[in-house]
Order: sequence, then C-alpha cells, then structure tokens
Amino acid sequence: MNYGPVIFLAAFFALAGSWFGFVLTPQMQVGHLQQTNTIPAGALYPVARPGLARQGLDIYRANGCAYCHSQQVGQIGTVCDVLLTDAGTNQPALLEALLKVRQDGGQPLSEAAAKQLLAALPKPVLQGVTKEVADTAVKALAVGDAKPSLWLVPVGSDIARGWGLRHSVAEDFLFDDTVMLGSQRIGPDLANVGVRLSDPKWHLLHLYAPRSLVNGSTMPPYRFLFEKRRIERAPTSDALPLPAPPGYEIVPKPEAKALAAYLASLRADAPLWEAPVTVPASVPPADTNAPAGGTAITNSAPTNPPAK
Amino acid sequence: MFLSAAIWLVIASAFALIASIKFHSPNFLADCPWLTYGRVWPAYTNSVLYGCCLQAGLGTILWVFTHLGLTTLAQRGLVTLSASFWNLGVTIGVLGILGGDSTGFQNLEMPSYATLFLFLSYLLIGFWAVITFHQRRQRALFVSQWYLFAALFWFAWIYSTAQLLLVTFPVRGVTQSVIDWWYSDNLQVVWLGLVGLGAIFYFVPKLTGRPLYSHYLALFTFWMLILFGSWGGIPNTAPVPAWMPALSATSTVLTLLPLVAVALNVHWTLAGDFSKLSAFPALRFIVFGAAAFLLAGLMKIGGVLLDTNQLLHFTWFARAREQLYIYGFFAMVMFGTIYRVLPQLTGTELPWPKLMRAHFWLAAAGIVLVFLPLTIGGIVETFKLANPAIDFVTISKSTLPFLRVSTLGDLLIAAGHVLFAANLIELAHRFYKAKMAAAYALATADLFKTAEVKP
Repeated sequence: MNYGPVIFLAAFFALAGSWFGFVLTPQMQVGHLQQTNTIPAGALYPVARPGLARQGLDIYRANGCAYCHSQQVGQIGTVCDVLLTDAGTNQPALLEALLKVRQDGGQPLSEAAAKQLLAALPKPVLQGVTKEVADTAVKALAVGDAKPSLWLVPVGSDIARGWGLRHSVAEDFLFDDTVMLGSQRIGPDLANVGVRLSDPKWHLLHLYAPRSLVNGSTMPPYRFLFEKRRIERAPTSDALPLPAPPGYEIVPKPEAKALAAYLASLRADAPLWEAPVTVPASVPPADTNAPAGGTAITNSAPTNPPAK
Repeated sequence: MFLSAAIWLVIASAFALIASIKFHSPNFLADCPWLTYGRVWPAYTNSVLYGCCLQAGLGTILWVFTHLGLTTLAQRGLVTLSASFWNLGVTIGVLGILGGDSTGFQNLEMPSYATLFLFLSYLLIGFWAVITFHQRRQRALFVSQWYLFAALFWFAWIYSTAQLLLVTFPVRGVTQSVIDWWYSDNLQVVWLGLVGLGAIFYFVPKLTGRPLYSHYLALFTFWMLILFGSWGGIPNTAPVPAWMPALSATSTVLTLLPLVAVALNVHWTLAGDFSKLSAFPALRFIVFGAAAFLLAGLMKIGGVLLDTNQLLHFTWFARAREQLYIYGFFAMVMFGTIYRVLPQLTGTELPWPKLMRAHFWLAAAGIVLVFLPLTIGGIVETFKLANPAIDFVTISKSTLPFLRVSTLGDLLIAAGHVLFAANLIELAHRFYKAKMAAAYALATADLFKTAEVKP
C-alpha cells in the first residue's frame, strides 16, 4: 500500500489548520489594528516612539535584552472602587445610604466614622468590590446631587509590584518593529520602566554599572556601549558621574543613548477600552466620567474585552 | 552530517557554559559585546537547534528512508553539498547573532543572510529525501516513515511562513510574537517530536528484536501529535485577544493523548525486558529520550493547568522544560541513532565503545543536574513572584544557588559532548584512512598490473 499521499495530505491539513488559526486569523484580527483612543481623555493611543528611542529598540534587539526582561504585565482580574466626590444637598439620606452600602458591601461603618468620611470628600467609600456591588452602591448613593463614581482597579501580583497599572494589550506594541515581549523574567518586567524610571541618565548609569544603582542586581554591565575618553578642554556634559582615571571621562556612545531613550519611552499605562483602568481612588479625580466597563465608546478595537 | 552535528554540539555547549557562568559573576566577559549574555544565549539555542538537532534529524530521515525503503540515496553528491551549505548557513547565522544582527525573534534569531542558505539547503535535502522515499523498493510503509515524511514537509512550511512574515515582510504589532510562538512550538513539539518519535519507533523494536507493540497506537500518536501539537505555545499573559492563549492551552492539554500513547507503546514493546539496555548502549540513549519526552510533555501540560498566577512560564521552570525536551529527549535519541547508524554506515567499528558508555552517564547526569534544580528553582520563584512583598532583586538572587548546580550539569553535558565528538572524529578518521588505503591498494594494484603487462 502506498500511503505517501495520505501522509502528505494529513500533514498538509493539520498544518493548514494551525496556520489558519495562529497565523492568518491573528493577522486579520490584530495585524490590522488602528490607533485607538484612551478613555476618558480620548487621546490617540499609541503614539510612535521618538526617533532616538526607535533606534534604541534595535540596540535592545541586538543585545538580546528580551532574554531576561519581559514586556508583558499580567493581571488576574479587575475590582471596583466606589468614590464619592460630592455630598450633594441631602446629607441625612446620603448618610443612611452610605451606612447601608457599607453594610451590604461587607465593610460596615459606624455612624460617627461615616460622618467624618462625608466631611472629607472626595473619599473612596467602597474598595475592592465586584462590579455588581459597586453598581448598586453607585445607584444607592446618587441621592440629592451626590456624586458617586465607579473606579476600575486591575489587580494581580505584577500590578502590586508596581510593574504597571493594567495588563498589556496588543495596542501597546502597534508601532514597534520588532516586538519583543520576552519569555523569561531573569530581570524585572520592562513594560512600564519609563513610568518608574523616566530619566535616561539613570538608565545610562545603570547600563554602565548596574550594581552602583541596584544593590545585588544580577544584570551584566554593558560597558561596551560607553567609551573612556581623554577630557579635552572641559568635561563633556553627558559624561557619567563616575570616578574615572584623572584626565579621563566615561561617555555614552550613541548606542547607549538610544537604548536609554528607548527604555525611558517604555510606558503602557494608558486606560483603554480593552484594559480599563482608573487611577487609584485616593487621588482626587480631574474628571469624574470614569468608564463603566463595556459601555464606553470605541469602534476601532476588535480585540475581545478581557474576562471580568 | 552527523559529524558536523557533533561539532556544533561542542560549540553549543561552550556557549551554554559561558551563558551559565554569567550568573555566577555578571562581570564575566562583560566587556566583549560579542559575548554578552543576550547574544551568547541565542547563539547557543541556535547552534543546538539548527546546528545539531535539525541536522542530525535530517541525517536520520535520510538513513531511515534508505534503509526501510531498501534503496540508495538519490543524488548523494548534491545532498552532501547541501549539507555543507547548511553548515555554512549555521556558521554565518551564529556569527551574525554574536555580531548583533539577531532578528530578535526567539528561535529565529539568525539574520536573513544566513537563513537563505538554511532554507535552500533544506529544500534541496528535503527534495532528494522525498525522491528517495518515492523510489523505495519496499512499498509497504513502516510507521517511522510516516513521522519522518510529515516532518520533512512541516519544517519547510513553518520556516518559510515565519521567515517571510517576520523578517522579509514583517507584519505589524503583536502578530509578530504570535507567529514566532507558533513557529517555535511547531518546530519543537511537531518537528522535533515527529523526528524523535520516528527514530524511537524505529530503533526500539530494531534494537530489542521485538516488534513494535501496536502499529495503530503509533499511528494514533501521529495524528494526535500533528493535530494538537501544532496549536500550542501562546502564554496566558500574552497581550493578545483572550481566545488565543485559551485555545493554545486547550490543545496543549490534549497533547496528553499522544504522550500516553507513546508511553504505552514503548513500555509494552520493551515488555519489562531491560537486559537489552545493557547489551546495547545505544538503546539506553533512546529509552532515556523517550522518558524525557514524557516528562517534558507532562511538565508542559502541568505548567498550563497549574499556572494560576500566570507567572510560572516566566521562571526557570520553562527553561528546565525546554532543556529537558530538546536535550533530554531529542538530542539523546539522536545520540543513540548516531551511535547505532554510523558504524553500520561506514563499516567501521566504533573506536572507543567505553567512551560511549561514559558519554551516556555524563549526559544523563548532566541533564538531571540541569533540569532538577531549574524546575525546583522555577517553582520556588513562582511563589515568590506571586508575593509582591518580596523584592524582585531578592527573588533573582535566590535563584542563583539553583543556577550554580545547573552549571555543573552543563559542564557534565559538555564533557559528554567532547567524548561524543572525539569518538566520531576518530571513527571518521579511521573510515577515511581505510578508504584511502583501499583506494591506494586499488591504484597500486593497477600500477602493478600495468607494470606487469609492459615488459
């Protein structure tokens, strides 16, 4: 029996199936993503990186930074906070509603404490509750022009670690070529390193001598991105503030500057429809129109919203 | 081909050692851009994958096709030439990575000027392999041939797709990562799986002298492997629409079916008769490989099922699994194959059979010493990562003791490779010496003949 063609067809269809699923479909769904809008500010997102940072991406690629650093923030779920910004006119009704809401939300409050809370608005009145509880609370608290609002707070160990405000989504990488999400965390996640450490100078020093800034770091130094130069007339302005032999200074090469600019440009914290996030509720908001889950507008985001 | 695979292994283990030592002292070789960790590590993985695994795999395919088909290799000269082009491609590619020309896609780091060599020589070798397959005189197919024939075709497709869509005409955004994951998983699970299992199903019956327990179970494995193995690889933290990681996880769990089928088939074929293991050291390598295949597969499924914090795949656990799969399974099966095939092919005895036994023990101990500490370290790391109160630097420092043990493993593996390469080089040396002697004898005989005729 000659099974040659059967084997060929079997392999062909099996592979065609997987090709269709994980090459063609992603290309149709994610490959044609357009810029989207942040919520609620409505700014275009993402914006392309500036030229120097774009060059830095190539240095990041050439030196294999992605083998130790991931750029994917994970998130386990989203919880809701309810924030009260304005007590409105009907104080006694609000007080009653507040006590009931706290009772229902499993965070009971004494009357005196509730009065104190109402006196010092804006304040979060419920924290870390589910969407249903928060929605009911918002309805219940909306008495006499009081202004309750619902805040979405992503949770997860990456977020608690300060590596990001929300999980990474496809839009974050729209303008990057090569996308390097990384696969292992030998070093910390870098998806938002530009938020944590926005100064390129810090990155330069850290690249040259990691352990001078982070005690116990296991990162290798990248001294080959710098050169030791004889000081001509006066020290150069971008020389590193490090002890060098007298008459010499340590100056970053263009590659180092580009890489530092790229690192400082890494920030993926814009609130989007797929990844709703509002700043922690303890900060008084500038705009109370927080997004309430899937009701927000967007027409350019074909990605599925994450499971709530 | 087998010989150059061995030489690549030695080179690769040198890279692995350098990469490993970097964790002992981050300053080691830090001032040389060519040897920074981010370049040495991909140079290592690429020399192992393309230099050793694919090359040894292709050699196995050709050998099984000629042997089971009772035929000779079509266009032997051209295939040899293509193989040297393949080696040229790997050399250029690895140098390109060290020089900073990496494409940045994991498992596809070789720059485009090297991949052209690789792809063309693969096509040529593959083409003549298919012709050899077609010309077989034994028409009935053994199950190994199914595996190897499908593998031939598989790589050509995934490699061309990945190269075209990632390097030549790059797609936008995270689709790049999705295609890279798709490629890597297809290469490792399906290609290495097909070739490795094809070799296992051929050599286990051959060396034990028992028939394969179930032909149908092996065919079932084949179907399940190509159906479910080709959909894995997308991690659950990936910034892509949620259906992709979900689908990927589901199919990964379903690869349990081929795993169980392989385990049962090999187990029943051996039928508890382990005396052959000591009689044929080559079989030891292959049975070890089958066990590693199972364990690595189970680790992958376990990783998908138990990774509730979505952190496990960022730790050394993933690295341990990959090393166990590529090295413990595939490379070990290939060692067994090479030790079995080369003496037969060249008609030369293996020069130092004792070194082969030593190689087995070194490699086995080395793999265990790499895989165990990294697995345990990875699991510990996962729990620590899940607790945001523990500082990240503390976590990364706490993995260092595990890495130190694994360097010892790397060292043993490298020593094993040196023995392996020494054995093969000596074998090649003796083979060519014998060939030269034969040719010389022939030539001188002619000379004497003519000399006798003349007067």
